[in-house]
Amino acid sequence: MVDFLNPTGWALALLQTLLFAAGAPLLVAWVKRIKSRLQNRRGPSLLQPYRDLHKLFGKEAVMAHTASPVFRAAPYIVFGATLIAASVIPMLAVELPTAAIADVIVLVGFLALARFFLALAGMDVGTSFGGMGSSREMLISALAEPAMLMAVFTLTMSAHSTNLSSVIEHVLNSGLLLRPSFLFALLGLLLVAVAETGRIPVDNPATHLELTMVHEAMILEYSGRHLALMEWAAQIKLMLYGVLLANIFLPWGIASTLSAGSLLTGLIAIVVKLALLGVILAVSETVVAKMRLFRVPAFLNLAFMLSLLGMLSHVILEVGA
Amino acid sequence: MPLDLPLSLASLAVVLALASAASALATRQRPALMRWLVMPLLGISGALALTAGLGALAGGHIETMSLPMGLPWLHWQLRLDVLSGFFMALIGTVVIGVALYGPGYVREFEHGRDSLPALGGFTGIFVAGMMGVVLADDAFMFMVAWEVMSLSSYFLVAFQHEHAPNRRAAFLYLLMAHVGGLSILLGYGVLAGFGDGFAFDAMRAAQLSPGWATVAFLLAFFGFGMKAGLIPLHVWLPEAHPVAPSHISALMSGVMLKVAVYGFVRFTFDLLGAFQWQWGVLVLIVGAVSALLGVLYALMQHDLKRLLAYHSVENIGIIYIGLGLSLIFLGTGHPVLGVLGLIAALYHTINHALFKGLLFLGAGAILHSAHERDMERMGGLLRRMPWTGLFFLVGCISISALPPFNGFVSEWLTFQAALQAWTLKSGVLRTLLPLASAMLALTGALAAACFVKVYGVAFLGQARSRPVRRAREVTLGMRVGQGWLAALCLALGVLPTFVVGALNSIPQQLLGQGLAGSTEHGWLWLTPVSAETASYSAPFVLGGLMLAWWLASSLLRRGEVRKVRRCDAWDCGFAPPNARMQYTATAFAQPIRRVFGGLFHIDESVTTTEDGRERHALHVSDRFWGWIYQPIVRATNAAARRVTLIQSGNVRIYLGWSLGTLVVLLWLIS
Repeated sequence: MVDFLNPTGWALALLQTLLFAAGAPLLVAWVKRIKSRLQNRRGPSLLQPYRDLHKLFGKEAVMAHTASPVFRAAPYIVFGATLIAASVIPMLAVELPTAAIADVIVLVGFLALARFFLALAGMDVGTSFGGMGSSREMLISALAEPAMLMAVFTLTMSAHSTNLSSVIEHVLNSGLLLRPSFLFALLGLLLVAVAETGRIPVDNPATHLELTMVHEAMILEYSGRHLALMEWAAQIKLMLYGVLLANIFLPWGIASTLSAGSLLTGLIAIVVKLALLGVILAVSETVVAKMRLFRVPAFLNLAFMLSLLGMLSHVILEVGA
Repeated sequence: MPLDLPLSLASLAVVLALASAASALATRQRPALMRWLVMPLLGISGALALTAGLGALAGGHIETMSLPMGLPWLHWQLRLDVLSGFFMALIGTVVIGVALYGPGYVREFEHGRDSLPALGGFTGIFVAGMMGVVLADDAFMFMVAWEVMSLSSYFLVAFQHEHAPNRRAAFLYLLMAHVGGLSILLGYGVLAGFGDGFAFDAMRAAQLSPGWATVAFLLAFFGFGMKAGLIPLHVWLPEAHPVAPSHISALMSGVMLKVAVYGFVRFTFDLLGAFQWQWGVLVLIVGAVSALLGVLYALMQHDLKRLLAYHSVENIGIIYIGLGLSLIFLGTGHPVLGVLGLIAALYHTINHALFKGLLFLGAGAILHSAHERDMERMGGLLRRMPWTGLFFLVGCISISALPPFNGFVSEWLTFQAALQAWTLKSGVLRTLLPLASAMLALTGALAAACFVKVYGVAFLGQARSRPVRRAREVTLGMRVGQGWLAALCLALGVLPTFVVGALNSIPQQLLGQGLAGSTEHGWLWLTPVSAETASYSAPFVLGGLMLAWWLASSLLRRGEVRKVRRCDAWDCGFAPPNARMQYTATAFAQPIRRVFGGLFHIDESVTTTEDGRERHALHVSDRFWGWIYQPIVRATNAAARRVTLIQSGNVRIYLGWSLGTLVVLLWLIS
C-alpha cells in the first residue's frame, strides 16, 4: 500500500510532474532532429519548441465570432487533463502517492476527457476542417481504446493489479523473463501509441492545409496562449506514451526507494529510454508513409489482434505464473 | 412506530402520485391547475419516495405491510428492504426533476388540442405503478403494478396520437410489453409452483431443481429484458420513447427501464437464490452485444430523442454486463467479486437514471423552445440557451464515462470486476471476461464519439435553421429540474465512496456478503478489491484538474495579452464559413458508418429530379427488424390466412363448428 501521507512523496510527485511538463517539448525536438538527420537536413535546434511556446504565450489570442465558451475553456481542460494523466505515471520512482489517485483505467479516462474537449473545440467554430478533424479523431480513438485496454489488461491480469506502480513492481520483481504475452502487448501498445499521439502513419504532425490532417485540423482556429496550451498538451501526451511504454515493459532503473542516488539513476534511465524510443519513432516515421484514413481501422485492428494474442497466450501459456 | 416510518412514507408517496392523477381530471376546466396542483403533488410524491428510499437504505431493516386488497386468500403484501429502498430513491430523484421541469414544459399543451387530463392522469398512475412494482412483496401485486405501469405508459406514448407513427410505436410497445409480461408471469408461475404460493417469501423458500431454476431464470431474463430493451428485444424502445412528451421520455428511459432491472435483480438474486455461472455467461454476452450495438445504432441517428433512446439500450447493456459478471463470480464461488459486479451494475443503474433523465429533459428544452428534434437543423444553441447547454454538457460528459463524473465510476467498477478474471479456473471464462471488457471499452469510446457529435452539432457552431436561431432559454423551473439532475451527476462522480458505502447494504441483505474493503481507506479513496489492486480518488482528480486549470490560466499568461480579440474564423484562409458549410451529424458519423457498415441496413441512393438536380438520400436502419421481427410478422400473417379458411360467412357452418367444439370438449373432460 502506498503511503498517502508522505510529504516527501507528494513533493517528489509534484517535481516529477513539473519535469514531465518541462521535458515534453525536448522529446518532440529530439524526434524532429533525428528525423531531419535521417533526411539529410540539419533540423531545428533542440530548444525550438520552447521558443515557439514562449512566443505563443506572449501573443494575443484571437477567436472567431462564432466561438463559444467551450472553445475558450477547452485548452485549459485539455492541458489540465493531460497534465493530471502525466502526474499519475511513475516516471522516476514507483510508490509515489499520486499513483494511487488513479490507476491505468483512469489514465485512459483522463486522455479520453482531453480528447472529448479537443474534439468539441474542433466542432465549435463551425468550420468544415474542424468538424472533419473531430470526426476522424473520434473514429481513431474509438478503435484505439479497446486495443489499448486489451494490452493493458494482459499486463494487469498477470500483475493482478491495475495500479501502474504495482504493475511496474511486478515486472521488476519477476525479473527478465521472456513472456510472449508481454511481447504481444508491447507491440499492440506501440501501434496504439502511434495512433493516439497522431504520428505517421496515422496522422502527420507536420502537415497543414491538407485533407489528411486530424489533430492539426481540430486546433486550426486556435492562436496565442490557447494554441500554446494545445501544442504543449500534445507534446506531453507523446512523452506520456513514451514513459508508459518504457517503464512498464522495461522498468529497470526506476527508483524504488526515495533516496537521491536512486532518483538520479531513475532520471538517467528514463532519459536514455526516451531517447532510444525517440530514435525508433523517427526511423519508423522516415521509412513508413502516411496511410489513407480508411486503412487506419486495419492498422488498429492489428493492434487489437496483437493485444488479444497477448491475452490468449497469457491464459494458455502462463496459467499459474 | 419509528421502524415503519420509511414504508409509511413510501405508501404515502404512492397515494400522492395517485392523487396527482386524480387532480388532473380538473385540468379540463382549469388548465393552470396542471402547474399549480398536479405537478407539485407529483413532486412531493417524488420527495417522499426519495426520503423513504434513503431511510430504508440507511436503516437496513426489512419492513412489511399487508393491504386489505387483492385476492381473498392473499392480501397485497408491501415490503421495503434496502433493494426496494434504493429503487424508490432512484424513482423519487428523477420524479422530483420531472416535477420541477414539467410545469414549464406542459404549458404549450394548455392551448392545444391535446388532452391535459390524460397527460397528468396517466403520468401520476405511471409513477404510482412503478413505485408499486418496487414495493410489491408478492407476485400478484407485482404483476398488477407492472401492468399498470405498462398500460399507463402506453397511453403516454400514444399521447399525440394524431400522428400515425406515434400510434404505430404505441401499438408495438403495447404488444411487446405484453409478450414480456406473459413471460414474467410464467417465470413467477414456476417459482409459485415449487414454492406453493404467490408470496415472495414462499418463493424464496422454494427448492428448485437446477433445470427448473434455469427455466425460471430464462423466462425472467426474457421478460424483464424485453422491458429493459436488451438487443434483440429492443425494437420498441427507439420507437416508443422519443414520441412521448419529453418529461415522460425522461421517466421512461430514466426510471421505467430501471424498474425492469429491479425486477431482474429481485427475481434472480433474491428469489432464485442459487446461481449457475452459465446464466452469467448468457447475461454477459447479451449485455455486451446490447451495449455495443446500442451505441453504434445511436451514432447513426440524427433525431435527438431517438438517439438518446438507443443510448438507453447501450446503458442497459452496460448494467447487464455488471450483472453477468456478478452471476459468473457468484456461480463459481467468488462471493466478494460477485458483490463487486452487482454494486457496479446498481451504481450504473442510478447513474443512467440521472444522466439519461437529464439528457431527455435537455432534448425536451430544445423541442420546447426551437420545436426541433432533428439535429441536422440545430446548431449554436449554447449561446441561445446557456443554462440548458451547460447542463446538457454535464449529461454528455457523464454518459461518455469521463472522469470525474458519475458514469466513469460505475464503468471503472465494472472494469475492476472483469479484471478479476484471473481468479477463475476456466480458461474460456478467463478469456471471455477481458473480451467483454474490451467491448465495453469500445462502447465507451463510441459513446464519447456520439456525444461529441450531439453536442458539437446541436449546441456549438452556427444555427442551421430559423426556429433554432430564434430559440430562447427555457423557464426557471425547467432549468432547475435539469440542474438538480446535473448536480447529482457531479456529486455521484466525485463522492463515490459514500455511494458505494450505501449500496453495500444491498448485497449484504440479499447475499449475506458485503464489500467491506471498498471504503476502508477513508472517503477519499475508493478501493473496490484492495488498495494494492486498484484505487481511485475522485476528489483528488477534481482538485487536480482545477489546480492545473488555475495554474495554466493564472501563471502562464502575461498582463498585456489577457484580452481576446474576435474576428472571422480562420478556416485556412478561405471565406468565412456559413452555417451550411458546417459538418453535419450524418457527416460526423460517416467514417464510423463505413467502418462498421456490415452491422447496419444502409439504403443510400442518388436520384435525379425533373429539374435536373440530384438528390441524395440516406437511410440507415436497424438490422434486427428484418432479421427477427419481419419473419414473425410474416408467419403470423400466413397463419391468419390459414385460419380464414374456416370463416365462410354462413351462420349454419358456424353453428356446426360450435357444436363440434362442444362435443370435443365434453369428450375431453369426461
